[in-house]
Amino acid sequence: MTKGILSFGAYIPRRRLQRKAIADTHTWFAPGLKGQAKGERAFCNWDEDAVTMAVEASRDALVGRDRAAIETLRFASTTFPFLDRLHSGIVAGALSLGDNVMAVDVSATQRAGTTALLEGLSGEAETLVVAAEKRDAKAASPMEMQSGDGAAAFVVGKGKPVATLLGKASRTADFVDHFRSLDNQYDYQWEERWVRDAGYMKIAPAVIKACLENAKVGAADVTYFCMPGTLSKIANTVAKAAGIADTAVVDPLHANCGDTGAAHALVLLAATLEKAKAGEKILVVGFGQGADALLFEVTPELAKLPRRMGVSGNLARRKEETQYGRYLAFNDLIELERGMRAETDKATALSSFWRNKDTVTSFIGGKCSKCGTLQFPKTDICVNPNCNAIGTQEPHHFAEMTGRIKSFTADRLTYSPDPPSCYGMIEFDEGGRVMIDFTDIDADQLKVSLPMRMMFRIKDIDNTRGFRRYYWKAAPVPQS
Amino acid sequence: MAKGIRDKVAILGMGCSKFGERWDKEADNLMVEAYTEAMADAGIDAKQIDAAWFSTAIEEQHVGKSATPLAVALRLPFIPVTRVENFCASGTEAFRGAVYAVASGAADIALALGVEKLKDTGYGGLPQRGRGPLNDMTNPNGSAPGNFAQLAAAYASKHKVDPKELKRAMAHISVKSHDNGSRNPKAHLRNKITIDTVLNAPTVAEPLGLYDCCGVSDGSACAIVTTPEIARSMGKKDLISVKALQLSVSNGLEAQHNSWDGSYFATTRIAAKRAYQEAGIEKPREQVSLIEVHDCFSVTELVTMEDLHISAEGGAIKDVLDGFYDADGKLPCQIDGGLKCFGHPIGASGLRMIYEMYLQLQGRAGERQRKQEPVFGLTHNLGGMPMRNVAAISIIGKYGA
Repeated sequence: MTKGILSFGAYIPRRRLQRKAIADTHTWFAPGLKGQAKGERAFCNWDEDAVTMAVEASRDALVGRDRAAIETLRFASTTFPFLDRLHSGIVAGALSLGDNVMAVDVSATQRAGTTALLEGLSGEAETLVVAAEKRDAKAASPMEMQSGDGAAAFVVGKGKPVATLLGKASRTADFVDHFRSLDNQYDYQWEERWVRDAGYMKIAPAVIKACLENAKVGAADVTYFCMPGTLSKIANTVAKAAGIADTAVVDPLHANCGDTGAAHALVLLAATLEKAKAGEKILVVGFGQGADALLFEVTPELAKLPRRMGVSGNLARRKEETQYGRYLAFNDLIELERGMRAETDKATALSSFWRNKDTVTSFIGGKCSKCGTLQFPKTDICVNPNCNAIGTQEPHHFAEMTGRIKSFTADRLTYSPDPPSCYGMIEFDEGGRVMIDFTDIDADQLKVSLPMRMMFRIKDIDNTRGFRRYYWKAAPVPQS
Repeated sequence: MAKGIRDKVAILGMGCSKFGERWDKEADNLMVEAYTEAMADAGIDAKQIDAAWFSTAIEEQHVGKSATPLAVALRLPFIPVTRVENFCASGTEAFRGAVYAVASGAADIALALGVEKLKDTGYGGLPQRGRGPLNDMTNPNGSAPGNFAQLAAAYASKHKVDPKELKRAMAHISVKSHDNGSRNPKAHLRNKITIDTVLNAPTVAEPLGLYDCCGVSDGSACAIVTTPEIARSMGKKDLISVKALQLSVSNGLEAQHNSWDGSYFATTRIAAKRAYQEAGIEKPREQVSLIEVHDCFSVTELVTMEDLHISAEGGAIKDVLDGFYDADGKLPCQIDGGLKCFGHPIGASGLRMIYEMYLQLQGRAGERQRKQEPVFGLTHNLGGMPMRNVAAISIIGKYGA
């Protein structure tokens, strides 16, 4: 069996902040922002982070695949919410991958995504590689303008690959163009011209050369060149130096998404796979304290993949945001008066959380082995009044089920970081129901029988203790 | 079916504090206010009380746990006192405990008292609070209006009603309760409003606006019960007796089983049917003289008109807009202003409803007295949320009726 990329998926959050809204607020202070006030950048809803985006991108990549086949999970990000808690473990739980999966977090460099993909392709195990980034940037910084939030996921291993790895190369160098430390939440960045001349131009072409030699492929044969970088035209400049055609440079998604950091090389790869044809060659480069280069060749299997959201589907699932204040609030860049109702203690009983992880993280409910009734959550006694059998509930996965709104409200009294708080009863098409929070929905969209799907999200953030808990919420099924 | 409670227990006395924002009173002051009125009405001495039931729902906000706050406030002479909590239906639960104690013969005279002191949170509405570790991890962080508002979406969808027409009927309900509350000196809210006041108010939880929601109040209500024989031996005439006390509690079906459509209260329908049977009432729409229902929100009152089997299914909007439930209508609902305007000190509310029926049945309701002589008064006290709740129904009436 051939080794390679077996499947791919992506996730981009729905809200797109108009860069003009940023500039309108800050040009009095930073006039340079005016020139960047074009297009839009994706940003997380208040209940999203690298973990939730990784889950959604992974679900996209796993469409039509057997999850039990995944042996290893590699999750790359430089914006993990915890310092000491295995994020890939949360993702594995949300995806119900099973207890025996080997889960690894990869971090601390902007090329974490490409490194995780390289490592995944080096082993024998079927591996889910996912990269996700929720960028942190200071208000009025160029990074705030250029960044976006997003994720991409790949299943790699043996089987019928949609793309095979022709060659690879890596180089490590402690080139500190920027850094972020325990004491500093935001990037500290050195002069761009130096980063370009002494960094990208010295390191990237050399790694590309090594990769192409490893693959025995000429630079002119590269169909698509995926290299993120927020410096102006940096991918084109590197391509030129490496002998790659300028037409091969893929759209960095600056206009409609922004740079998703450690995830971006993989986001660009996913976007490219959505349009690539058999025989085409894709060169992916990740830059950060050195560089990784991976050269893929697309196979005829790509055309046979079942439909998925991908980057384009996620970009089409779009909500224009002109309120810069919402972005500031969601990213804790402004201290809002949140009211006394926000003072409710969000402590999590970790023992209860562990005991209920199937319900809370994996969204597993019950199916009565006697009468077939689906119910959520799973209980000892069947809810069907004509059954009420004891101890007959088999685990049933509700996360991939779709349903419809049965009842709803848009609550302006209860505290929500993004009022009004929308929630209601979802009745699943296959059976069963749940009263649950809605997300990625506007109050004027709410109506009985609106089709909904489940998404993994932050339920509550416990600011007192620095914990956050995750759960599932219902969101509108994207219109196709 | 069991023979039931009909005419086994009589109300000896009742009392009710003024409801409202009682900034200058503690919970024990409110308890004493209701208690002294009830004791004067009953004409008994504290030593004659054999047992007491104490209802309060959000005790962490005022008196704390257990029955001791009641025993201490009233200086009850070391008698058995039980604290009950069953969401907003707690008041009727206290009454049920006292009535059952008397009916069983375990007590000659028993007292039920409910209190809630809610206005020490620092903000309007009910206090936000934890719901247990697992519920906190899964349930929406909803508010009471948000939970009950969902009835409207499901009701409008089921009966194919224009949401605007539903909203108008809901507004009529609130206007009616404000009218009634204006005639009640103990009511929290005594201002009259118009349909436009309701329709133009800020939204609290779609489609409920400010005037679709009841007040959160401080207050207390008290009942003293005994057997008809003892009441008569004390010289009481024209006794008011308990005709029915029914409770129905959700078992998770509404929340988890697709047989419930979200537009009504499964519990209320069941409890009402049992209550009518227990009271010997066959045609509630004609036989019941007055009703006090749990109008925490206007939409709750609307669907409850059907759940009590008084309006036909899908017919509540018409009845409401026809004025059927107005104070001068065929069957007045909330003649005292209801939760909406009398106020809603949770643990006291069920007892407050019975208090109003008791006054009306005796012709003692002052300016708001129903002219047509009432025979049966029904109270409906509901706690929780539409998908998981406790419905308590009591019917009291003229002894022997």
